[in-house]
Amino acid sequence: MSERKDTFFRMRGLLVKETYQIFRDPSSMLVAFFLPMLLLFLNGYAINLDANNIKTGIVIESQNDDSERLLQSFQKSSYYDVTTSDHRKPMEEALVASKIRGIIVIPNYFDKANRDQRILSPIQVITDGSEPNTAALFQNYARGTWQNWLIQTGKTNGNEIKIPINIESRVWFNPENKSPDYIIPGSLAIIITLVGNLLTALVVAREWERGTMESLMTTPVSITELILGKLIPYFILGMGTLILCVAVSVFIYKVPFRGSIPPMLLVGSLYLFAALCFGLLISTLARNQFIAAQVSIFTAFLPAFMLSGFIFEIANMPVPLQLLSYVFTARYLVSSYQTIFLVGDVYEIIFLDCLGILTITSILLYFVVINTRKKLD
Amino acid sequence: MHQILALIIKEFRAIWKDKSARGILFAPPILQLFMFAFAVTLDVKNISLGIYNQDQGKESHELIQRFKGSPQFSDVFSIEKESDIKHVMDTRKAIVVLNFPADFSRKMRQGEPATMQAILDGRRSNSSLIVSGYVGEIADVFANEFNRQFNPRKAIPSISSIVVPRNWFNANLDYQWFTVTSLVAIIGMISALSLSSLTIAREREMGTFEQILVTPLTPTQILIGKLCPPVVVGLAQSVVMFAFAVTYFGIPFTGSILLLVAGMFVFLTSIIGVGLFISSLCTTQQQAVLGTFVFLTPTMTLSGFGAPVENIPMWLQYVSEISPLKHFLIVIKGIFLKDMPFAAVWANTWPNILIAVFTVSSSVWLFRRRIE
Repeated sequence: MSERKDTFFRMRGLLVKETYQIFRDPSSMLVAFFLPMLLLFLNGYAINLDANNIKTGIVIESQNDDSERLLQSFQKSSYYDVTTSDHRKPMEEALVASKIRGIIVIPNYFDKANRDQRILSPIQVITDGSEPNTAALFQNYARGTWQNWLIQTGKTNGNEIKIPINIESRVWFNPENKSPDYIIPGSLAIIITLVGNLLTALVVAREWERGTMESLMTTPVSITELILGKLIPYFILGMGTLILCVAVSVFIYKVPFRGSIPPMLLVGSLYLFAALCFGLLISTLARNQFIAAQVSIFTAFLPAFMLSGFIFEIANMPVPLQLLSYVFTARYLVSSYQTIFLVGDVYEIIFLDCLGILTITSILLYFVVINTRKKLD
Repeated sequence: MHQILALIIKEFRAIWKDKSARGILFAPPILQLFMFAFAVTLDVKNISLGIYNQDQGKESHELIQRFKGSPQFSDVFSIEKESDIKHVMDTRKAIVVLNFPADFSRKMRQGEPATMQAILDGRRSNSSLIVSGYVGEIADVFANEFNRQFNPRKAIPSISSIVVPRNWFNANLDYQWFTVTSLVAIIGMISALSLSSLTIAREREMGTFEQILVTPLTPTQILIGKLCPPVVVGLAQSVVMFAFAVTYFGIPFTGSILLLVAGMFVFLTSIIGVGLFISSLCTTQQQAVLGTFVFLTPTMTLSGFGAPVENIPMWLQYVSEISPLKHFLIVIKGIFLKDMPFAAVWANTWPNILIAVFTVSSSVWLFRRRIE
């Protein structure tokens, strides 16, 4: 009975100490509130993968009605931001200098080509391959604009062109194809990683570096109490950040939320717990803030950014990397959150993701206990 | 001069002395380069395609065979009931589901435009849009061949094959050429920044800072001493990464190596200026690391690496002009892939010189203010 009471008092002492530490250091508030808001803001406004206003140079080698009308259909489209010239040279230089992303050449035989089916390439499309994604989109857009122009011209000339197979595309879950809607839910993984992993790794590494960890260990506090005393305050801080971010995403950035709150909180808290354990492990191994920060960036932050499926689709990666991505918990959170926000409560996905996080967490927790114990001896 | 040199040597030793820190300077950057070079791709491969075919005709089956034969589609499976489409989409079993209506083959035989529906996964809209592009190309080629064979009279002119695009600098749009060159800059930036931002904060926390202050060195000299090692380490890292980019990844190096190193030098100096500014501002290493993140996040997002700069709102594009990474990414890709001439390199380097002068001098200013 008194044993339990002691635990209670010791834990309360530890919790009070850690809470003070969080509130006294402006940088914890910075990472828990300011940085997440900045990230959400940038992801809400700055990340947009489908290119609009691609800077395009159009070369018109000879002026006539046809080339004038084709130029107009490029200028009217919101896909391009057009500058024109009657020579190739300045446009080619601009492409090398990255001032434009693509060139459309309307050659001097253009009006002839339209009447003669044998000339196969009436316009030329040149893209900047150093930006492959934009280049691929530019190709598709240019092809589309050209097709529409042909169909329009055909109609006015009386020989209608039909497209043999029509594909009606429907984008489910995100019909307007807004990038923030699928990027913001994924970016929550990065935000929680920063709070859960990086912050914890730094805080605990500092205790080792300054030797205050040893002082704590000379007290009657047990290892479990010590670990819990570290985890609980940062867990509460992280959940606060998560809930704030979800609210801001839904109410300010208008990301749809089609699932329900309990599964969102469940996956979020499991992920946060895993991040905390990983942060603790890093700090116990590194015992030095510089190294803890570096390791945390390279093993938690960057994988959450690049191996999570948040922007870069995991299925497109080579198999060894796909397998590696299962080790980092970020992929589970991204998959569940994209689904909970955009689709709804798909329990098949949520269940598998939770299982994945739990497996990784138990391995991490095992190593945390082993390592802390070892450091004591 | 001798004094600064002594300080620089001391700083190098401080970095070198710590065994694990020494390892961390070279192993992870190279590892990261390799890992992310393969991970960061918007190329679409290994596509899973679900097909719900209500059509009994031979034509739709032939088209489906074409999808199965195409190398990009690794998993083409059929869906039996319309109600299963939702389940397949919800659980991410397919990135695109094609729905053939019952009259598809009949319309094709009659030479009428046939329609099929493509359902794309909005959770991965970039990939699914690219996939629908592939589907369209395959369908167009199929339709043209079919019409030429069976309906020569009603043949609809092939309009999608007329425009043949050319990709300059990277003919096959190899995504790695873009990723690896950008990663060299980004990884170099992250390590230079973390080396410099922690340096003063660490000395403050350890108490060795006062010892430097009592030496006859002026604050400016101290800061120059702190500036040099990260520049040298950053340059060394980049040169190693350049070598891997050319030898292992086989990325063509078309431009001048001298220009590239000069550009890298200016870029790293501007970044380290920011690092020293953060370091002078902060009292603990924790604050310094987190301050670094506050700088890194917008710098990376607005650099054009993740998403093109042209797509962001105009006022944010102006903000992106003060990001050194944005300018340097143009330079590094230009020199690697485009044999960028001096004038264009200069046009994207002078902003970084201005940024470097500004960040270094403001860190000197802040540093002097903080110790007075």
